[in-house]
Amino acid sequence: MDFTHQLVQQLINGISLGSIYALIALGYTMIYGIIKLINFAHGDVYMVGAYIGFFAITQAGLGVVPALLISMVTTGILGMVIEKLAYKPLRHAPRISVLITAIGVSFFLEYTSMYFVTPTPRTFPAVLDNVAFNVGPFVVNGQQLMIFAVTILLMVILTYIVQRTKTGKAMRAASYDTETAQLMGIDSDRVISFTFGIGSALAAAAGVLVGIYYNSIDPLMGIMPGVKAFVAAVLGGIGILPGAVVGGLILGVVEALVAGFVSSTFRDAAAFAILILVLLFKPTGIFGKNTREKV
Amino acid sequence: MKYLRKNDLIMLAFSLVLFAVLQVLISERILSAFWQLNVLIVGINIIMAVSLNLINGYTGQFSLGHAGFMAVGAYTAVICTANFHLPFIVALLAGAAAAGFIGFLIGLPTLRLQGDYLAIATLGLGEIVRIVIMNIDYVGGAAGFKGIPHNTNFAWVFFIMLFALFFIKNFVNSNHGRACLAIRENEIAAEAMGVNTTKYKVMAFTIGAAFAGIAGGLFAHCFYIINPMSFTFMQSFNYLIMVVLGGLGSITGSIAGAFVVTFISAALASWPEFRMIIYALALIALMMKRPQGLFGYMEITNASIFDKIFRRGRV
Repeated sequence: MDFTHQLVQQLINGISLGSIYALIALGYTMIYGIIKLINFAHGDVYMVGAYIGFFAITQAGLGVVPALLISMVTTGILGMVIEKLAYKPLRHAPRISVLITAIGVSFFLEYTSMYFVTPTPRTFPAVLDNVAFNVGPFVVNGQQLMIFAVTILLMVILTYIVQRTKTGKAMRAASYDTETAQLMGIDSDRVISFTFGIGSALAAAAGVLVGIYYNSIDPLMGIMPGVKAFVAAVLGGIGILPGAVVGGLILGVVEALVAGFVSSTFRDAAAFAILILVLLFKPTGIFGKNTREKV
Repeated sequence: MKYLRKNDLIMLAFSLVLFAVLQVLISERILSAFWQLNVLIVGINIIMAVSLNLINGYTGQFSLGHAGFMAVGAYTAVICTANFHLPFIVALLAGAAAAGFIGFLIGLPTLRLQGDYLAIATLGLGEIVRIVIMNIDYVGGAAGFKGIPHNTNFAWVFFIMLFALFFIKNFVNSNHGRACLAIRENEIAAEAMGVNTTKYKVMAFTIGAAFAGIAGGLFAHCFYIINPMSFTFMQSFNYLIMVVLGGLGSITGSIAGAFVVTFISAALASWPEFRMIIYALALIALMMKRPQGLFGYMEITNASIFDKIFRRGRV
């Protein structure tokens, strides 16, 4: 009883954490799907989102939902600007140069924010009353419920955009084959920019949610979740949207279980170990299609 | 063959002159202690960059776990010197062997992966190595390993660096090196031509890891303490930056890349708050101006330099 109780409790924690990874991983995987770039700056975009949310709540005195929306919009625009300034000029450069640029952008965001907001962690204001719901013997707190609600809502919206709108169709076409999409009259530059916007907005939402969940944000908070989200994206099969969500949830649950039952120092190692095990048996990730490379 | 040997000798003579000049600068204390340390770090970074270049640039296998191998070498070497009081050279070789062995173990299964999947797998393995070290109390855990003898001096770094450069240059120009280049250009075609791709990929990976291990040993003995936090994936990124900045698949490029990156970060050390911002902007600007890196595939060999100088002289 005690064991199962703790197990379920850790599962709840893991799913909350996993939802956050999933939100970041969605951006990673969408950007990768279209321009085949591992956008290492994505974790830092998430950090910027958290700070915008923080300032919207503390300085402008807004509520959670407006702060979340403002953060998503502003960060989405930031993502588009980054794409325009840093990645677009390198559209035809070797992929590894774009990757190095992404690392450069990541450093730039981290240390510019550090300059403006100081390296000391900020305490995220407690925006939700400290409520906890007892579902049978298990405890779900308000922050976790909020994470679930926002994540599910955003995923529904994302699915709608990608599957039902014209822009979504263009995104899918461009990620399938950018050049052919362009021949069919799709403005791929606009689609790429839009993808960066959506991906960054999702990351911003994750940032604000993390602020609410852990109460603390700092300029380097994006590094580890950024890499974890990339792990999640690869775990699910990079470029595949449901894969990113499943990957994120698996990662979150594994981490929570390892932290709860083994030792919290090994949680990062466990995440990477799972990744490597999955890749060894399924080199293209859980949902990845095995495409035979042709000569 | 004879021609190559002759060129090697000229290069060696050049290096000895360079060594003598720098050694005088160091022993006469013309360079401040800060720059002396940075000269050592440049040398170590050159070993790291050129060994990573063998994996990333010449064999085309995208590895992001180089700092992990460095950590293995560093910790193995400090255990040998601090706990077992073995000679420095033995410790370095033990570090190289351990890192090479781990590289072999890791490479065998993971090198089946391609491109970005390999990148994230090696990044993960590098982090696992670091986290495991962090949890071993015998080597000081997260607090770091204290009481390391200060064995590294300029001569050690310089001659090991020279050895690494010559070794990797000769490897690349050998049969094995050609096989690695073939794998980089097109793995399927290489396989069809009878290249045992797994063998050569693992070979390049193991050699690269072993050199990273030596570099780790040298690095650890520069300071009195080492900490697992010196070997995070950010550090692997740094070596990758050096390699790409210099030019993937160019040894001259790796040297230049290691030099430029170390020099920029040392020169900016007096403005700590702007240091990383300027570094980031420099990185982005350089990638925009020269996406193929400073040297691309180009090499500056003494052959080309001497040809230029002497031919002009003769005519």
